[in-house]
Amino acid sequence: MTDARAAIMGRLRGAIAARRSGGPAAARPDSYIRPRRAQGGRAELVARFHEMALFAGASITTIDNDVAAPAAVARYLSREGLGDRLILSPSARILRMPWSDTPRLSVCQSHFRPGDRVAVTEAVAGVAETGTLLVRSGADSPNALHLLPEAHIAVLDSATMVGSYEDALQILGQDKPLPRVATFITGPSRTADIEKTPQIGVHGPRQLHIILIHGEAT
Amino acid sequence: MQPDPSAFSANARLALDNTKLQQALGKLQGDFRRDRASMLCRLPEFEALRDQARVIKDHALDHLDGYLEQFEERVASRGGAVHWCEDAAAARETILRLCRESGGSRILKGKSMLSEEIELNDFLSENGLDPVETDLGEYILQLRRERPSHVVMPAIHLNAQQVGDAFRAGHTDLNPSRDLDHPNDLLAEARAKLRQKFLNSDVGITGANFLVAETGSIVLVTNEGNGDLLHTLSDTHIVLAGIEKIVPTLSDAVALVRVLARSATTQEITSYTSVISGPRQASDPDGPSVFHVVLVDNGRSGLLGSAFSDVLRCIRCGACQSLCPVYGAVGGHAYGAVYSGPIGSILTPALVGLKAAKPLPEASSFCGQCQDVCPVHIPLPALLRRWREIIFDDPALSDTVRAGIKIWAYAARRPRLYRFFQRLAVALLAALGRKSGFIRNLPLAGDWAGARDLPAPQGGTFMSQWRNHKPHEPQS
Amino acid sequence: MARPGRNVALLVTCLVDSWRPSVGFAAVKLLEESGCRVTVPAGQTCCGQPAYNAGDRADARAIARLVIDDFESFDYVVVPSGSCAGMVRCHYPQLFADDPPLADRARRLADKTWELVSFLTDVCGRETVPGTFRGSATYHDGCSGLRELGVRDQPRRLLAAMADVTMAEHEEAEVCCGFGGTFCIKYPDISTTMVNAKIASIEKAGVDLVLAGDLGCLLNIAGRLSRRGSKVQVRHVAEILAGMTDDPPIAGAVEGGR
Repeated sequence: MTDARAAIMGRLRGAIAARRSGGPAAARPDSYIRPRRAQGGRAELVARFHEMALFAGASITTIDNDVAAPAAVARYLSREGLGDRLILSPSARILRMPWSDTPRLSVCQSHFRPGDRVAVTEAVAGVAETGTLLVRSGADSPNALHLLPEAHIAVLDSATMVGSYEDALQILGQDKPLPRVATFITGPSRTADIEKTPQIGVHGPRQLHIILIHGEAT
Repeated sequence: MQPDPSAFSANARLALDNTKLQQALGKLQGDFRRDRASMLCRLPEFEALRDQARVIKDHALDHLDGYLEQFEERVASRGGAVHWCEDAAAARETILRLCRESGGSRILKGKSMLSEEIELNDFLSENGLDPVETDLGEYILQLRRERPSHVVMPAIHLNAQQVGDAFRAGHTDLNPSRDLDHPNDLLAEARAKLRQKFLNSDVGITGANFLVAETGSIVLVTNEGNGDLLHTLSDTHIVLAGIEKIVPTLSDAVALVRVLARSATTQEITSYTSVISGPRQASDPDGPSVFHVVLVDNGRSGLLGSAFSDVLRCIRCGACQSLCPVYGAVGGHAYGAVYSGPIGSILTPALVGLKAAKPLPEASSFCGQCQDVCPVHIPLPALLRRWREIIFDDPALSDTVRAGIKIWAYAARRPRLYRFFQRLAVALLAALGRKSGFIRNLPLAGDWAGARDLPAPQGGTFMSQWRNHKPHEPQS
Repeated sequence: MARPGRNVALLVTCLVDSWRPSVGFAAVKLLEESGCRVTVPAGQTCCGQPAYNAGDRADARAIARLVIDDFESFDYVVVPSGSCAGMVRCHYPQLFADDPPLADRARRLADKTWELVSFLTDVCGRETVPGTFRGSATYHDGCSGLRELGVRDQPRRLLAAMADVTMAEHEEAEVCCGFGGTFCIKYPDISTTMVNAKIASIEKAGVDLVLAGDLGCLLNIAGRLSRRGSKVQVRHVAEILAGMTDDPPIAGAVEGGR
């Protein structure tokens, strides 16, 4: 194995010399382009996020504070005929929400039970440029909950709304070191593999619902 | 069709006669053009992002050795391991060993063109492991025992009926008279079948769209979420990637992500774009305990130092295939190789040798659409021409067209000689076609005249008429 | 003493020279009416593109060398073909990359080489033309003219300015017609598929006439239209712009009509 490494490295050094043929190596970009739509004040970004997330096939409910979240989730489940069982990602914020306000819902943490169809997780940030959520794995955020349920409900605080993917990664970077996985999620799971017909819900969630909290967290 | 590039002409003939394939290809091209136009309207900065993507890749390639070293060190620091493989055989052996070391036997795969390139699946099967494809398109192809025909939309050559037939033949435990008329039925069945497999996966093998040196991360881009299910639910995650996939930083990866989906499918971004940085950490409730990155050379270092260096900028978006009128006429399988279309016509001679792959660089009208859409500005027509130059200079690869060109060029360099033969040929053809304006039966021009009439020349040549028109025109 | 007007050399192209001299005369007419003094260097045969695209770099260089010798002393080189103009403009400098003095000469020649219609609009400032054709037409974008030289709007503008011409776009105007030089000989079946798609798109536009700036494309399209017994006529755009339509269209009979 180390022989292979040495052989490959040796060939690469020769190849790079030939490629440069005496000239300077190509430099990195001076600055990285931020599309216009990844910029703007908070209100503009929230509005753009809304538009782009819908375009990507997500649905959104906006509420004023965390207290209203369980009821909003209950309404969504009812409207979509998704039953009354729910798995919560064990984030402190989600667990603090008044789930007892919605006794109809059977709520559990972390583990995916047979028959579970819906999970609620907390997004790290919202990315306005394409209506994208940044989620991560962690003790309080099992990655499976972003992928296994039929419907994924993501709680997003508008205070974490940013313009670009880079801005979102900055927020993540505050968790040093990087999580095992950080995923940009845009809309539900999809494919066009059969006759180029767009279809939803191949392996991941069929529905992505975003609860956008637009106000002070309680 | 034969999985052999030297059979391209015969394969193309079969493809042109295949009505189902022709329908599928027509839809691919038409949709792509229209959807790409919409995408460009939505993002005015797209052209600037293409230019930037080229700069990023060029820089990465110019420093490939250093960035690979940095990547390896970072992966190790996060508890993963990097394995270096010079060629396809070494890569296959390494993955087999890693699978055996895992102690598990249930192997699942995400979509990886490199795994096709190294012929991984058959090798694992021969050694008692049966990897299951999880990308829907690849899963369908696995049931049909077929190769992908496009780097991003592997089953684009099939219709729903063919997929249904494959499911009926492959899912023998299900009711044979069940309804599979609609793509939704097919989707539901595939989802259910593969969900069970995901939940019981020991080893997940994925590709990587990018490798990030600064953090030792991989970036995995899917629409289905299958890749993410693999690395979240399997105990061992094996990443298979070519050495040219490395980029310096997360910012670079993000900049490339911005042009990848837009070029590949015309989407803004795929549903799932993940940055994966090693095995599970102490606090992770899920994820693999073992993380391997298998880095593969398989001719890439050779390409890097060659005239074809620019081809390593490729981010496998498939836009060149989707727009190429030749690919659009015959589809991917006609190329008889892992990679098809313009990018495949450049890579395949390097991967399998010019003798076998000779027809591929020839199969282009140089329309240039590929270069127009390549997100990293690979000069595809120029690279195709470069292969033609190598072919032309190799006496062993000669053909009649080459002889014709040499004769014609000999005359074209000698104006007097040229005009002598030109006048004869033009007079003859003009006479043949004078009455109708065209020539229908022309013995030596069989290939043109198969489907076309040859328009008759007007008679006389411009140069001779001009001489008479202005007898004392000074030379210059 | 130099006469007034732009000093232009016409690179007539091997296809126009052999197949359709009237296009060359139409080009001369348009140039002279635009105030140009046109010279036709007598030694020209071809720009070298067939050799170049076939991979015969040696012959391409040899031919290009002759073109540079014959044409470099003029102020402008004008070509009634997008692909030949593209050859000189975009590829000549690279042909001599290893020979700096020659590369310099090639670059200087490239910088003053123009496809005909874009020369009329972008250099001579033409907005109208003398042609008086009546009928409907569509314009096919030859790949090199479009992608190497950016010729797209110019012919459309001049055609739109003709009072009795109705222009209609065909949906796949920018898609290759399948000529590709030796490509149509090496892969005739694929080429035919491509020209069929082009013709289907043209016929959908319901026009009397298809125009382009490249004789290779036009011979290919006309040849296929003829084999299919189509009524759509085919001409080089220069013929229409110059008002020189006495000659039959490409693959058209002398008596007129098929």
